[in-house]
Amino acid sequence: MKLAFDILTIFFVSAGALFFLAGTVGLIRFPDPLTRLHALTKVDNLGLGLVVLGLLPQATGLFGALKLVAIWLLVQLSGAIVTQLIAGTVRHHGPHG
Amino acid sequence: MTILSAFDIGLVVLILAVGAATIAKRDAFAAVIGYVVYGLLLAIAWVRLSAVDVALTEAAIGGGMTGMLLLGAVARLRLAKGSDARPSFPVRFAAAALSALVAAGLAIAVLSPPEAIPTLAPMVMENLAQSGLGNPVAGVLFVYRALDTLLEKVVLILALVGVWSLAPDSVWGGIPGLRVYAPPSSTLTFLAQLLPPVGIVVAIYMCWIGAKEPGGAFQGGTVLAAMWLLVMIAGLKSVPSISQRWLRLLVVVGPVIFLAIGISGMVLANAFLAYPPGYAKPLIVAVEFALTLSIGVALGLLAAGPPERVQPQ
Repeated sequence: MKLAFDILTIFFVSAGALFFLAGTVGLIRFPDPLTRLHALTKVDNLGLGLVVLGLLPQATGLFGALKLVAIWLLVQLSGAIVTQLIAGTVRHHGPHG
Repeated sequence: MTILSAFDIGLVVLILAVGAATIAKRDAFAAVIGYVVYGLLLAIAWVRLSAVDVALTEAAIGGGMTGMLLLGAVARLRLAKGSDARPSFPVRFAAAALSALVAAGLAIAVLSPPEAIPTLAPMVMENLAQSGLGNPVAGVLFVYRALDTLLEKVVLILALVGVWSLAPDSVWGGIPGLRVYAPPSSTLTFLAQLLPPVGIVVAIYMCWIGAKEPGGAFQGGTVLAAMWLLVMIAGLKSVPSISQRWLRLLVVVGPVIFLAIGISGMVLANAFLAYPPGYAKPLIVAVEFALTLSIGVALGLLAAGPPERVQPQ
């Protein structure tokens, strides 16, 4: 049972890390703020989501698991809103503030 | 070489690189962002050293709060006229020499530790049970070195008074010049309505759990301050003027309760800042809650800056 949990963890955390890598490459390579934000949202939502999913089998008890899910939800919320705010600023003031 | 030591080496290289980049950046804004990233990386390093209490404080204060204070300073510098003028060469040279001196001193202290490292850790762990606390860091902060902790909080108030006294006489006791972004029903308003209830629960949790696991008044207080600032920046609550009595009471309530319990210890437990046997934990938790509130308000006001306008009559 523990082995199955470990395999699940390795699979999902690796998949999450892949999204982090892709998002980081996008952040560095994309030409303007809006496309860079687009790359970052994948990291927040999918990348961290997969990492949290992978860590759930390793969590200590129900509360540990709930804390992990809460962290993911909070990062999603703040990530989405900060992205909106940055995009709004770019729209009003241009890419250089 | 295990994966973990490879991770550690990578982390150290990254910290050094970000530190160097922060120093090398010419633009103040970019340097502050570098500093915040540096703080967050340091927090991970503290976790790797199993110092989770320090990691939480570093992330909250080093990365978050100091970052916000510095960003405020950068914004003020931009507004101030003539900020583009570079300081003269002797000034820059003196600053660089002093910084290098401090860095060299720290490096010597860290790189040449004494042969047998003096440690009180085993004694702390042996006697921790008497206090009823489970977190040795909280034990050191509130039992063995309570005087240091008390003075730390007083220093925070002194820092706040220092910031306030930057105000011109005409606006003394007025409203701090926090920049308020208040476009109606923006996404920021939404965040400022949704996040504070969660944040307040997290702050109370961090303060409460601090007695037996990593966490504590400073970490909880920083979260409280962040929530308060969010509500004020979004324009949901106006920034209070610093002459409000309730505000000043909140700033001092933590240290005052700490001091009162410390003085009552002279009568009840024969020493200043000693706790009567059996009552250590409840008293410490009470002090921590009051301190969390005071630290939250003090940090929020520090970030809000010196008063800039007078309260309309």
